[in-house]
Formats: sequence, C-alpha cells, structure tokens
Amino acid sequence: MAEKMATREAYGKTLAKLALEKDNIVVLDADLSKSTKTADFKKVAPERFFNMGIAEGNMMAVAAGISTCDKVVFASTFAIFATGRAFEQVRNSICYPKLNVKVCATHAGITVGEDGASHQSVEDISLMRSIPNMTVISPSDAVETEAAIRAVSEMKGPCYVRLGRLAVPVINDNPEYNFEIGKGVTMREGKDATIVATGIMVDAALEAYNLLVEKGIKVRVLNIHTIKPIDTDILVNAARQTGVIITAEEHSIIGGLGSAVCEVVSERHPVPVIRVGIKDTFGESGKPAELLKAYGLTADDIVKAVEKGMQLK
Amino acid sequence: MKKNIEELKTMAVQIRRDIIEMLTEAGSGHPGGSLSAVEILTALYFSKMNIDPSKHRDPNRDRFVLSKGHAAPVLYSTLSRRGYFDPVELKTLRKMGSILQGHPSMSLVPGVDMSTGSLGQGVSVAVGMAIAGKLDKKSYRVYTLLGDGELEEGEVWEATMAAAHYKLDNLTALIDNNGLQIDGPNSEVMGVDPIPDKFRAFNWNVIEVDGHSFEEILNALDEAEKFKGKPTVIVCKTVKGKCVSFMENQCSWHGSAPNKEQCAIALKEIGGGE
Repeated sequence: MAEKMATREAYGKTLAKLALEKDNIVVLDADLSKSTKTADFKKVAPERFFNMGIAEGNMMAVAAGISTCDKVVFASTFAIFATGRAFEQVRNSICYPKLNVKVCATHAGITVGEDGASHQSVEDISLMRSIPNMTVISPSDAVETEAAIRAVSEMKGPCYVRLGRLAVPVINDNPEYNFEIGKGVTMREGKDATIVATGIMVDAALEAYNLLVEKGIKVRVLNIHTIKPIDTDILVNAARQTGVIITAEEHSIIGGLGSAVCEVVSERHPVPVIRVGIKDTFGESGKPAELLKAYGLTADDIVKAVEKGMQLK
Repeated sequence: MKKNIEELKTMAVQIRRDIIEMLTEAGSGHPGGSLSAVEILTALYFSKMNIDPSKHRDPNRDRFVLSKGHAAPVLYSTLSRRGYFDPVELKTLRKMGSILQGHPSMSLVPGVDMSTGSLGQGVSVAVGMAIAGKLDKKSYRVYTLLGDGELEEGEVWEATMAAAHYKLDNLTALIDNNGLQIDGPNSEVMGVDPIPDKFRAFNWNVIEVDGHSFEEILNALDEAEKFKGKPTVIVCKTVKGKCVSFMENQCSWHGSAPNKEQCAIALKEIGGGE
C-alpha cells in the first residue's frame, strides 16, 4: 500500500470493491462525486449510483426512502453539508426510524485547506454523536477506512463516517490489525499518561510518543476510531493506570472526542483531561500543514499537552 | 379489497368519527388537516393501493408516505379500519406508551411506511422509495400526501426536481389544498399559488380534482398510473375541517382538539355511528 493516502481515496476504492461483492448497495452523492470519490463506485455500478444534485437535505431523506426497500445506502457529500445543512433530515428521517443509511462525509476538519472556514467542518462529530441511534466513526488512515466501510456495510442502522481530503500516512498496514466497531485500539503501551486520538491525529499522537520517549516519558496511545459507541473500558483503564488523559482530534474541543472522553472518565474514574483540538474558532484558508500548526494540532502541541497534563496528576 | 363509492363514503364517515373521538380523548392534535384528507386516504387504502395488512412489509406492496405527518389521526384511523391494528388502539393517541405517537412512527405502527412529522422530508423519502422501485424493476407504486403549506419548505422542490429528473412515473404526490395553515390562509402567510403551474414547471404531470369527490380522486389515481415518463401530482381542492361546521375553513382548528361538547356536536354533524 502507498505510504500516504487520503481516507476519501480509500473510501472510493472500498465502495468500488463492495459494488462487485454486494448487489444491495446504493450510493448517493450531491454533485461532489469526484471529490468524495463515490465516482469510483459509479464507474463499477452506474445503475446503483444516483446523483441527487446540490440538494443535501433531499439526498439524506431520499437515502432513507431507498433504505426502506432492503438496500444499504451510502450518502456522501462534504462533512459540513452532510451534518450541518442536512442535520434534521439525518435526525428525523434516518436516525429516528433507525434506517440503514451510511452517511460518509469527506472534507472534514481544517485540512480541507485552501477552501477556508465555510468548508472546514469542525463540529460534525459533536452534531452526529448527539443523535440517538447514530454510530460515529472517524478512521485514522486508508487501512482503517476500508475496514470501517466494510463493517458499516454489514451492520444494521445509521452510521456517520468522517473522512478527510488530505493524503495522510498509512499507519495500520500490519497483519495484526483488526477493526471492530466500538473497540479502541492500543497503538503504544505506556504508564505516564495516555494520548487518546482519532482520525488523522492518531498519526500525530504516534509522533508525539516518539518525541516523549526522547524525554524519558512513556505514554500510552489509544486510537478511538469509534466515537460512538465509545470504548468505555479502554478509557477507564487508561484513566486508572496512567492518571491523566490527553485527547487529540481535528475537530472543535467542544462536543467531539475530548468531550466524549471527559463524559466517560468524569463518571467512571475522574482524572485530568487536556483537550488538543480546535479551540472554539473557525478555520481559514491555507495549506493543511500550515493550518495544523496554526491551530495547535501538531505532535509538538500534543507533547506540550502531555507535559502540562502530567503536572496535574 | 376494493370498495364501491357508497362503501367508501360510509368508511369516510367512520374515519371522520374516529378522528374527532381520538382527538377529543387525546386533548391535543390536528383535526383540520386530518378531516380535509379523509377522502384521499380512504380512496387510496380502500380502493387504489395494492396492499395486504397481514403482510405489511411485503417488498412488492404499494407505499404511502404521509409527508404532512401532523395529519396522523386520519392515517391511524384509516390503517386500523383497513385491518392493520385494532381500532381500540385509537383511544391511546398521543398518550405515554402508545404506538400512536403525535406524528407517525414506522417503528411502532404496522402499516406506516415511513416516520414523518418534519415537513418536506416525507416527499423526499417517497422519491427514494420510487427510485428503489425503478432500480429493482418492481411494479409497486408510491403515494405521498403533502399539505399546501408544506409546499413552502424548500426541500419539497428539491424532491420535486429529483422526481422529474429520474422520471419517476411510479410516484404520485397528492396535495391537500385546503388553503389554510397554522398562522392563517396560505395567501397571507406565504403565498403558494399557483400550485399546478409550479409542478408543471418542474416537469410533473398535473391533475386537479375536488379532494372530497371519490370519483374524481379515483379517476385521477388511475390516470396517474397510466401516465408514463413523469411523476404525477394530484392537486386536491379540499376544505379544512370538512364535515364539521364550526371547524370548516377555520385555521384555528389546525392544531387544537375539540372538548366533549364540541365532540358531540361534531359527531352529530358527521353522522353514522349506529
């Protein structure tokens, strides 16, 4: 596998494979199929691909309707439109009746880059995880994306899968890798603190692990690909065994992974939690790497947060 | 089951009685827009639609989506009288633990093909069901009922555009054109006219009928089924609160339930009940 691949690329490739494996899959897009990569599915199964035009609310409710006819429906657009504009269709027409629609949104987070704040969704995890019946998954790389897409195509009920535009390192390409919805993955063992990361920030967390080793600090690194239902056991064990948690997400610190982790540990085993994420602000145009640095989403930022957190222990 | 016109009229009386009785018992809900849609639902469920209450998830059945979900009472009464569930349940409308929620839930009520209530979404769902029917080369038809006030929702026109684009001639939308919404007449709140011209401009086949005439509704439904290449909309001219004199054409009866005395007067005016 390539060293780097955007999770949206892996999504398109996986859909194209699933098109051949399962004839009950239908894919919808809202005039962004070349960007979301659902065009890969269209190439293989054009009769099961429907472009719904620039009308995301309608697309989500159409997806709901198709799913009532024994189909697994993938509905894709950018995260900002899937979870923002179409929020209420996702809530009332997909999640309330618990229909088999997989909302797979790309261009999440500030690594959208040059398009700027209007297109950089930093609230989507928060919005989606607040809806009953919704499963929320944020894959960390191409390998995990394929596993996640395959898993959601098998499960019954609504899902939100958060995908990115930017090519990111492949970090899970090993024979032991195993994906299970709702199960966190221990990427590195350690006792001094725990970094809990999701999406593209898992790679940054691994880099932070190496930087901390050089300073004589050994942290645990957890990849929480499923933000809902969250793996409470792995989090409570981390709180108990390492005494402090640092969360890392390319998302607002309000309502996302950081909030979800706080909810778990505050009820089960309270420890300090430091949230690395976007600090209640909109993004802006720029190169993804510049933006990650400017908004405090680098390995160095995680290292600083770990050091700050360890002082609170 | 295909009832003749006289039998349909008798059934419409029963359904109107149910609506008044269940709303009185519930103490809240939407009588006006339920009463205006009685003939439309009666024609669909007791004559037109290919359905079997004992197989309510049959993949080949015709579908109905109540896009104006607040008219739940007319749907609940129709379904129960058609045999989907015991009419005794109607008395539980809007009460804790009831299958009959304030707006229809497909997870709870046998025969409800889609959960609705948030205006504009049901018609999109119906478009999805029609797309699936075309994809699977099935012969089922999809029906959806919208309110005229509902046409103010932008999503309706997104769905309308999509239905024409995909040439969904297996889809028939019906508009309960009673002219009133919660805050007043459509023309004062937000003008929706001319409704037929709007749908024609969106490439739909348009039929206009008296929404209280079974003959006209049934003819239009047959015509819609025969029309190929475009979806059909049947604009049904109706009277909000139909058959209850003090409710007719009163937008104040959009969302308030009758009390016991009003219930008795309404039932007397509706007739039947022997």
